[in-house]
Amino acid sequence: MEEKKLAIIATKGSLDWAYPPFILASTAAALGYETEIFFTFYGLQLLKKDLDLKVTPLGNPGMPMPMGMEKWFPTLLTALPGMEAMMTSMMKKKMASKGVASLEELRELCQEAEVRLIACQMTVDLFDMDSSAFIDGVEYAGAARFFEFAGQSDICLYI
Amino acid sequence: MADFDEELDASGLNCPLPILRAKKTLAKMDAGKILHIIATDPGSVKDFEAFARQTGNELVESKEVGGKFEFLIKKA
Repeated sequence: MEEKKLAIIATKGSLDWAYPPFILASTAAALGYETEIFFTFYGLQLLKKDLDLKVTPLGNPGMPMPMGMEKWFPTLLTALPGMEAMMTSMMKKKMASKGVASLEELRELCQEAEVRLIACQMTVDLFDMDSSAFIDGVEYAGAARFFEFAGQSDICLYI
Repeated sequence: MADFDEELDASGLNCPLPILRAKKTLAKMDAGKILHIIATDPGSVKDFEAFARQTGNELVESKEVGGKFEFLIKKA
């Protein structure tokens, strides 16, 4: 079987949006795809050794909340101190209870399956990020490097 | 259920873990050997069909037993 290729750009750094790149990449790898993820802007948070990602209901009317709160709880109040931490903790508990993998586990599975993780060098410089805060095995490169692989990919996703 | 060589209990695990664990287990097995998988994720039924079609490993059997989903996959 000819090896297919999947290229993903991960641009978001919240707990919920961290899942799609890692779920799709690990699954694709299991199906025999050669896979690369290019992390840029807030997506770089997904490469930190210490993942401290959060989820917020603020500005996200589609997010289901406990007790159907999304239907009656005033949007403005979701900006209150502690709301983000509370929703993050609830989301993590919910995920664990439903047997959804942790991000650390999915990321590790991606690396085991030889998914290539590429950090956008420009973003690292822009935000003065310290590459020692990132996990090992990450390649640092730019847009041209992404296109080298994406140009021959069968599937290319922007997340 | 027919005979099998290896068993993987993916009960309680959600997408994509059953597939990833199955792939990992199959990687350690010899061609022609049979892997028995138990899962509780209802999505795994369609996922294992798709997994088999895309990887060339044969889905020998797929059934529901007492609320759990069981699969037999023959390594290609």
